Amino acid sequence: MHSLARHRYHRAAPVVLVLLLLGLIAGIAAAVSTASSANAATTTSADDVSEGQKLFAANCASCHGLGAEGQDGVAPSLIGVGAAAVDFQVGTGRMPMQASGPQAIAKRTQFSQAEISQLAAFVASLGAGPAIPTAEQVDPALGDAANGMQLFRTNCAMCHGSVGGGGALSQGKFAPNLWETTPTHIYEAMLTGPQSMPVFNDANITSEGKRDIISYLKAQDEGSPGGLRLGTIGPVAEGLWGWFLVLGLVVASTVWIGARSS
Amino acid sequence: MGARVNAVAGGTANWVDERTSIGGFVKFFARKLFPDHWSFMLGEVALYSFIVLLLSGVFLTAFFVPSMTIVTYDGPLATMQGVEMSEAFASTLHMSFEVPGGLLMRQIHHWAALLFTAAILTHMARIFFTGAFRKPRELNWLVGFTLMILSLAAGFSGYSLPDDVLSGNGLRIIEGVTRSIPILGEYVSYWMFGGEFPGEALIPRLFTMHILLVPGLILGLIALHLFLVFLHKHTQYPGGGRTHKNVVGLPLFPVYTAKAGGFFFVVFGVIALVSAVFTINPVWNYGPYDPSPVSAGTQPDWYMLFIDGGLRLMPGWLFDVIPTEWELWGYTIPMNVLVPAVIMPGLFFGFLALYPWIEAWATGDRGEKHVLDRPRNVPVRTSLGVAIITFYVVLVLEACNDIIAILFHVSLNDLTLFLRVAVFVLPVLAYLITRRICLGLQRKDRELVLHGKETGRIVRHAHGEYVEVHEPLDEHERWILVSYDDIAPLEIAPEYNDRGVRRKGYKWDRFKQGLSRFYFEHRISPVTPQELEEAKHAHH
Repeated sequence: MHSLARHRYHRAAPVVLVLLLLGLIAGIAAAVSTASSANAATTTSADDVSEGQKLFAANCASCHGLGAEGQDGVAPSLIGVGAAAVDFQVGTGRMPMQASGPQAIAKRTQFSQAEISQLAAFVASLGAGPAIPTAEQVDPALGDAANGMQLFRTNCAMCHGSVGGGGALSQGKFAPNLWETTPTHIYEAMLTGPQSMPVFNDANITSEGKRDIISYLKAQDEGSPGGLRLGTIGPVAEGLWGWFLVLGLVVASTVWIGARSS
Repeated sequence: MGARVNAVAGGTANWVDERTSIGGFVKFFARKLFPDHWSFMLGEVALYSFIVLLLSGVFLTAFFVPSMTIVTYDGPLATMQGVEMSEAFASTLHMSFEVPGGLLMRQIHHWAALLFTAAILTHMARIFFTGAFRKPRELNWLVGFTLMILSLAAGFSGYSLPDDVLSGNGLRIIEGVTRSIPILGEYVSYWMFGGEFPGEALIPRLFTMHILLVPGLILGLIALHLFLVFLHKHTQYPGGGRTHKNVVGLPLFPVYTAKAGGFFFVVFGVIALVSAVFTINPVWNYGPYDPSPVSAGTQPDWYMLFIDGGLRLMPGWLFDVIPTEWELWGYTIPMNVLVPAVIMPGLFFGFLALYPWIEAWATGDRGEKHVLDRPRNVPVRTSLGVAIITFYVVLVLEACNDIIAILFHVSLNDLTLFLRVAVFVLPVLAYLITRRICLGLQRKDRELVLHGKETGRIVRHAHGEYVEVHEPLDEHERWILVSYDDIAPLEIAPEYNDRGVRRKGYKWDRFKQGLSRFYFEHRISPVTPQELEEAKHAHH
């Protein structure tokens, strides 16, 4: 007790306290995120379709219709879009859509992975469509990043940018950044072509090719060997920092040197 | 000990002097006076970043292979394994990932290039707004202007050397722009690329241009630029005792040799720090050049953005009725490329290059000027400068339209429509607002001279009146505020003489008068000694 009282006023005490607090926060965050990913791995039960139908009626039918047949000018028909489309749209939080706008925005998912699987099972039961890929199909470790680079450059980079940092489309639409997207969702997006994105079916880019692309995108997690990447949006960011940071620092020092000491 | 060192140093100096007569030069340079102001160091920043460019460039040439021969990559980078690429690209990857310090040197070279071009423009703006280009310095303005153009050439040729997708797209645009020139375009393009784009001659040619031709010209012109500064003597800001006939300042040795020497290391240090922290031009992201892919976010380095912006701004159809690509006598005249990428930069740079002559001619002011203008005292020039910068910035923003659209979630189409109007409207607005601000500041200066500074001290007189005490300016402060040229608009002889005969050359005179009025109609005259005397009596 005495030693604690003595160390309370030590110079390093505030720093130690801040570090401890940060550690605590990080620990809680890690615990919460493992809990949610454990949740995601829950397997689905046999009456998925009927459970999914209930969820669909409560959350999706107001736009897509009770039979998922869609409404002209409001929402597309979901017959034949397959489980992959549902897993992507609902799993990334794009559906249910928050507000109508140029495009549906990814947000916090509203359902557990189990509920998403039930919804997917219901929609898949309406007509044949692409299925959710297996873990092996999307494992970045099994892909060839160099082949992925070439496929990505030819098929994806014109919208998503050279390394998947994202890019603008017409009328307020945009191709999102892909670094936070899970391998399964990347695969499903290629397979189903959500929103403005074209469909890349297996005849266009093979299943292995898709995995190579995932592997190339996941290689970006390592960061840039050159240091901070300034958002990876290219020379515009470099120019902005060149003017405001580099020239700013240099001009500040001219003012400092130019100031008379006398 | 000290005496011995002095004797050795003196002896050595004497030995050198007896064989070279360098003593006279040293004396001349060491005693040369320079006025002191932070903004006089902007040109130095450009010079020092050029030295950094030369030093880091020498390092890079030791590893770069300027060849378009196709090789298969076999190195540490997983995302390029087994990919076919030119030797130029492969050697860039090699120097980035396998040569110790190579990536840092590349980043130093590139950041220094961005600083070099930015410092040149800032320096040029300082010269423009303070009127340092006036007689006798018009030629040196032209030398500086040429250096600015050469810096663009140096930057662009270097940016294209790694033969990556991003710079390859830039070259493709340059090829398109060249081809848009009627009749000559195609021949010039074939001559530049040695045949069809991209060909196999380009990288070696750009390399020669980038490491020999352009830097050689820049070095020569820098020498001329500095020689002319010495010859003309440096300009000075207005201040007590400073006239068009003297220079008030400090000697080159020891004051400026110490400051400038130290400042070089500050500039080098800032560049090195930024290069160590921030990635620049990650060519390994873009991949080796292939004419087919174009990524989102494809832009040139900042100094070429204005041309890219012009191209993006230009509509293919005017109001959906008039096409901007014309077909005349079997030739295609692509005005949609020619106007924004050839004619606009031509007029823009032409105006900048010739501005000293344009102003002297329009104002008729032909005296030697060694004291700088405070920008507010030349409202029209200052407003023209701000209008030009506004025009330039609108073009740069348009070049970044996709980046702005995605960062701020606005529609790319609406942004472009807005900027199409803004490119004409905003410069005019900027001109009017700046002129208003300049005139307002001049009026404030008059007020200060006539009535002194507000002190915030309120005094109540015996008869009940409250007044704020104003403190008169001292002589030095007043000198700065009243010593500027006051030029009245040109007066011309009437159109008809007293016998009612029309005068020859009247129309030309009226045109000149119009120009002179444009410059001087709205002006605030400096306070005269008489006015100052009257103001004093009015107060006390």
